[in-house]
Amino acid sequence: MDKTIGQATISVDQEGYLTDFSQWDKEIGTEIAKEQGIEMTDKHWEIIDYIQDRFKAEEPLSIRGIKKSGVIDIKQFYALFPGGPLKKATMIAGIPKPKSCI
Amino acid sequence: MSYLPIQPLTTFTVVNHNLDIMKNLVILGAGTAGTMMANHLVGKLPKNEWKITIVDQYKTHYYQPGFLFLPFDIYTTKQVKKNGAKFIPKDVRYIQEKIELIVPEENKVQLEKGEELPYDILIVATGTKIAPEEIEGMKGPEWHKSVFDFYTYEGAKALRDKFREWEGGKLVVHITEMPIKCPVAPLEFAFLADSYFKNKGMRDKVDITFVTPLGGAFTKPKATQALHHLLTDKGIKEVTDFNIERVDYENNKIVDYAETEVPYDILVTVPTNMGDALIERSGMGDDLNYVPTNKATLQTEAHENIFAIGDATNLPASKAGSVAHFEAEILTENILRYIKGEPLKEEFDGHANCFIETGDGKALLIDFNYTHEPVEGTFPFPGVGPLNLLKESRMNHMGKLAFRWIYWNMLIKGIHIPFVSATMTEKGKHFEETEA
Ligand SMILES: Cc1cc2nc3c(=O)[nH]c(=O)nc-3n(C[C@H](O)[C@H](O)[C@H](O)COP(=O)(O)OP(=O)(O)OC[C@H]3O[C@@H](n4cnc5c(N)ncnc54)[C@H](O)[C@@H]3O)c2cc1C
Repeated sequence: MDKTIGQATISVDQEGYLTDFSQWDKEIGTEIAKEQGIEMTDKHWEIIDYIQDRFKAEEPLSIRGIKKSGVIDIKQFYALFPGGPLKKATMIAGIPKPKSCI
Repeated sequence: MSYLPIQPLTTFTVVNHNLDIMKNLVILGAGTAGTMMANHLVGKLPKNEWKITIVDQYKTHYYQPGFLFLPFDIYTTKQVKKNGAKFIPKDVRYIQEKIELIVPEENKVQLEKGEELPYDILIVATGTKIAPEEIEGMKGPEWHKSVFDFYTYEGAKALRDKFREWEGGKLVVHITEMPIKCPVAPLEFAFLADSYFKNKGMRDKVDITFVTPLGGAFTKPKATQALHHLLTDKGIKEVTDFNIERVDYENNKIVDYAETEVPYDILVTVPTNMGDALIERSGMGDDLNYVPTNKATLQTEAHENIFAIGDATNLPASKAGSVAHFEAEILTENILRYIKGEPLKEEFDGHANCFIETGDGKALLIDFNYTHEPVEGTFPFPGVGPLNLLKESRMNHMGKLAFRWIYWNMLIKGIHIPFVSATMTEKGKHFEETEA
């Protein structure tokens, strides 16, 4: 379905995740974050960058990966994206949320 | 050194049996994928030009899907393990020894006791295994006492013994982190536990909770719609978005990074899954020791004469025996092409199909690939079945049990399973224009 965010129209799934990463830009990320009650800072963007890199390389995303990346420690990650950090960070990053095969 | 450096070459054509001319194809790992490759290739590579060698550390070949049934006394220990040598063709040299190192720059493999195996083509099929030591307190003093896994023979057996005498309490079924092999196995485990304790007449004494790092037990829209009721019907509680930090085995609880706690009497966890440490030692893996592999051709990204198959790869496909089976057909073709100097076939589409036990003698079947999520329909004959996709039935359950026979008698022997193709068919399935 289509969703208007700021000036742009993007397509998202039922839960609000972008279905086409090429539509993503920083403004869209900022708006989605606002809807989630998050005000983006440089530290937030650093994580979003890392997450998008993993996505482009088709590497699975996990808390471990984030811990190992050295970008941030996990407690801080939770503090920045309260209540389901991977879920929220992926939504802001414009990529699908981590899933299983069913 | 306990092995002859070379196998006596006695049979078949005599002319070319000159070791200097013979080329070597070496397969690392004699699990599902490696065994299949040995069986596929032995009939296809000319015996007077190619020598095939396969190496595994264990004598036993385990039927891992059976580990799901062992704790519930549905399968016996005998049904899930057999002597590996039975499945390796006689013209293949089978070495039982731990592999120490792969040295791609020198095209050779070192074994634990010192022997070196040179190769012209290498196939990495070393799989994935649990790494409970990754989480604090998991592999502590309570390991296989109140904290169990069922992804190993030892774990599944210890759990069986525990269940036989357990009087009830809190059973927590838990996934540490994704990706794991056979990603639905933990959910099946929870369903089977529900049946098992019902049959023992003690379901009211057992509280079952399913804990996952993902957003739900089901994560795809179609599957969630069709299947979420199973959890509620069976009275299985769900804790989602739980990223475990440690097992507090002294106080019987698991704790996540958000300080959420889930208490247990028995914890059945699927620990972090990782490729073998051999891959790390050889500098060939990613964070989780998986080998970066081209997802369509199965050639490794770093070395053109090294291929990888099954759970050992970093492919974004499910880590499952059925996937390895589909991959094996394509990899066989690609190895033959590689030998002839032809371009590789870019074909593997991530095809997977899995039976999912739902308990009470029923099961589901799902069929999907890199781009399509599991949908409803029939399999393998469009419109006819007899197996139903994404719907519970007894027929599917029979299919799952029959799979054990197919595994030992056809799958690992590389016999083509009729009507089931390596790439996925879209016929007979109820696809819609989906957004995701
Ligand atoms: C509980 C459970 C249920 C499952 N259910 C299903 C199911 O229903 N359907 C399905 O399709 N799949 C299922 N699977 C998954 C399936 O078993 C695996 O995906 C499949 O076995 C992968 O094959 P593989 O050859 O890649 O790895 P494996 O079969 O694990 O083989 C790897 C081999 O490499 C050897 N090895 C590794 N490192 C070394 C070393 N350094 N030296 C020597 N040898 C080494 C190991 O000993 C092993 O024999 C299940 C798995 C589990 C655990």
